[in-house]
Amino acid sequence: MTPFTPIPAHIEELLEERFGTTSRRDFLKTSGMLVVSVSVAALAGPFAPGANAQVAGPYPDPNFRQLDSWIVIHENNTATFYVGKTDCGQGTGTAFRQMMADELDIAYDKTTCIMGSTDVTVDQGGSGGSDAIQTDGWPMRRVAAEARRVLLDMASARFAVPVAQLTVREAVITVSADPSKRVTYGELIGGKRFNVALTGGDVNATAGVARVKPVQALSIVGLSPQRYDIPAKVDGSLTWAVDVKLPGMVHARNVKPPVAGATLVSIDESSVRGIPGFLRVVSKGNYVAVVCEREEQAIAASRRLKVNWRKPATPAFPKSEDLFNYMRGATPTSSQGPNVTGNPDTALAGAAQIIDAEYEIPFQGHTAFAPAHAMADPSNGQMTIYSNDMKSYGLRAGVAQFLGIPREHVRVVWMEGPQGYGRTAADDAGFEAAFLAKEIGRPVRVQWMRHEETAWDTKGPAFTVKMRGGLDTRGNLIALDYNARAADYCHLGYNEAETVLIAQLMGTRRATPAAGSSATPSDMYVIPNTRTATQVVSLPLVWETPLRTGNLRDPNGPQSTFAAESFIDEMAAAAKADPVEFRMRLLAASTTDDSGFKRARSIAVVKAAAEAYGWDARPSPNARGTGNILTGRGIAYTFRSQTVVAEIAEVEVNRRTGHVWVKRLVCAHDCGLVINPEGLRRTIEGGMLHSLSRALHEEVTFDTEKVTSVDWNSHPTLTHADTPARIDVVLVNGDPNPNRPDLPHYGAGETVCKPTLAAVANAIYDATGVRLRRVPFRDGRVLAALKSAGV
Amino acid sequence: MSSVTLRVNGGAHTVDIDPSTPLLYILRNDLGLQGPRFGCGLGQCGACTVIVNGAAVRSCITPTSSVKGEITTLEGIAKDGTLHPLQQAWIDEQVPQCGFCQNGQIMTAKALLDKNPNPTDEQIRDGMARTLCRCMTYYRVQAAIKRVAKGVA
Ligand code: FES
Ligand code: FES
Repeated sequence: MTPFTPIPAHIEELLEERFGTTSRRDFLKTSGMLVVSVSVAALAGPFAPGANAQVAGPYPDPNFRQLDSWIVIHENNTATFYVGKTDCGQGTGTAFRQMMADELDIAYDKTTCIMGSTDVTVDQGGSGGSDAIQTDGWPMRRVAAEARRVLLDMASARFAVPVAQLTVREAVITVSADPSKRVTYGELIGGKRFNVALTGGDVNATAGVARVKPVQALSIVGLSPQRYDIPAKVDGSLTWAVDVKLPGMVHARNVKPPVAGATLVSIDESSVRGIPGFLRVVSKGNYVAVVCEREEQAIAASRRLKVNWRKPATPAFPKSEDLFNYMRGATPTSSQGPNVTGNPDTALAGAAQIIDAEYEIPFQGHTAFAPAHAMADPSNGQMTIYSNDMKSYGLRAGVAQFLGIPREHVRVVWMEGPQGYGRTAADDAGFEAAFLAKEIGRPVRVQWMRHEETAWDTKGPAFTVKMRGGLDTRGNLIALDYNARAADYCHLGYNEAETVLIAQLMGTRRATPAAGSSATPSDMYVIPNTRTATQVVSLPLVWETPLRTGNLRDPNGPQSTFAAESFIDEMAAAAKADPVEFRMRLLAASTTDDSGFKRARSIAVVKAAAEAYGWDARPSPNARGTGNILTGRGIAYTFRSQTVVAEIAEVEVNRRTGHVWVKRLVCAHDCGLVINPEGLRRTIEGGMLHSLSRALHEEVTFDTEKVTSVDWNSHPTLTHADTPARIDVVLVNGDPNPNRPDLPHYGAGETVCKPTLAAVANAIYDATGVRLRRVPFRDGRVLAALKSAGV
Repeated sequence: MSSVTLRVNGGAHTVDIDPSTPLLYILRNDLGLQGPRFGCGLGQCGACTVIVNGAAVRSCITPTSSVKGEITTLEGIAKDGTLHPLQQAWIDEQVPQCGFCQNGQIMTAKALLDKNPNPTDEQIRDGMARTLCRCMTYYRVQAAIKRVAKGVA
């Protein structure tokens, strides 16, 4: 084994390639730095704080109040940015480079970006909540602006002219009156530290003296440079977290309890001793793993190990068929509301028409494309974890606490992985690899098998939502009652040392399980009388359960928006109103707006979606043809924070088979200032299709003791065959004042996941006159609904 | 353990392994290839796809000893430093999100186009239907395949 906590040179080179930091070596060479061992820490260049970090550890936290922690200017007049975020595949790294290059005044292709490795990048929390651009983009812009300011000051001193008489373009500063006087950023500071202190109570508030540019002065933001990470993803050269290989490494696989809540009684190790390469069975509490020299040996051992388990005395949960009845009958573990405006009971009592509906959304899995995995290296008294954890900083803190070692001795090297859109926020495999590496004293690679991942990953909570609405004689929506119930008790936190699965299996119990949450609708409708209430319920088994909930791409939004936006459609149909016109009326019924002009922007996106689609105004349902294929279109609208979206789905429903094909999707999307329009379009497409998959296919099934949806057959997903023939994305800037000096950038990614389910259900109703209130709309369920309605 | 010789991307490699081991593990762990990847180990997703004798093969369920022909992996489809037209189309179309499934997408598309250089939309959807992506990049994958089929790339 090598003496340093090493990233082997070949992996480091590939990391370097992936980040495009080809300038680093030249830089190190020309700066005369002695490079003892190449590591990711060295990627920081000698002046980034990670650079305090010795290669061999310990690894203190980079100080966000130092400019050198964020930006290094190289002698060859290029820059490297260090940010504490991770990229789940939406191209945020490219966007960060655009924003920072713009503020620094350097060409985009003269920059590189390092993300999410805890020893070299400040802790911005990793990714989650679609906040990368909205929240974390601000300190990135401010520190880049500050670096520009400092460089201008240096040039001012050098040429003895005031800053106001200097011009800066693409990392070259000239004296405006005499362009022969010029100096590059690299000449000013390449190879040296800024040594500039920043201010800010927390990392999000990090700031220097300089102000960011007004939006009109930005020139790289708003362009669509191609994502720098894509070439290595299509030619096979990218080293992913799954690819890391270390000298002396071994392979581990878990043996999970066969039924939820089972207790380990005994292990017959002789059942696997004959397997070549077998090293050890490691177990503690109900956690069991096998460790072998080779991967296929570990897989064989995990299948063959004889373990004696005791089943729990009582059922872990109801069967999936009985889930919603169980939820309705359960005593809530917590409740919110009711929040009341006006007098809904009186209004409903006087309504000309009352509609009641109840919507059901089952548990849906993250079901990442590939299972949980990580490599942990215990060399040199440190613990280095190679991981695709989107929240790498949390993993570092959680593992330190879990193993009882100081944080400084743990680092997480973030690498790319299969995204589960929230799955790795509780990175089970990272904890397991670290635990096993400590036990074994060698680098350990852990990977789950497909059936483990699909059965035991974190789940989006199941919802049942009751709604009641009243119309007056003119078809105005005068009262709305919304009551949502989520099976979300003991919702999993982010990389908490006491809630990740290995900790639960080892018997750790938090005194108070997380309360979990439900959700209310997010729209700007004006309804005079409303009541909203939510509850959370628990299933019988709270700990060590495969039905543990976690944050799945807008944790509760797809569920609550499915109910709310389906119901608005039901009300529109009852009022015999066009669904777009009905929504427009509700949006325009007030002129008061919030500070982000969300009402004006909501109206703008609904209008833009309808226009892009070519919406024909008429009430739903459509007149049914006589053929096998029935067609229809449906709209749904919502917001998340300040990002507003409207989506339209066009469907073909086969009345013989019940098969639904969403032939076309339209999305109008307003997230404020757009950094990279082409990147955003693809993120929107992927997000909508992810929710289309949830609308059409996804459901976790279980009997009373185990999850029975364990692979891509039993937990199906959207495929190429389901893909719409056409997707239109309209990027809207619905700001009512086009002269506003500076438009903020809001988040994107999760908002578009919210309305798709309702847009599809509304389109199916339009096509068939049949209202589907239970997700997913699999062929059998649709066909049964059509049959019972006589379609 | 026994000695097995594999022909991969134009080279020959002899490894000492249990010959029933799925090809995927040998390619990844013994030959150091990173194009083919583990997604399911069940032949359901396509992450592990390689091309053997012109056919897209799921290496996670293919015993190494059963492979007789030349194996081509994602690393082996570029020629003389020039990306395969599909790889270039993938960049031009900016197909990947996380990218983890894209080995399967590209290699399955290659086998498809090698057999049928001008597939209809329907044939693309059918031919790719069992190659999964959880970031749902299908729309762009299909657009990229059409670029190559039409000779746009
Ligand atoms: S990993 Fe081989 S098909 Fe999924
Ligand atoms: S791009 Fe992420 S799984 Fe396909």
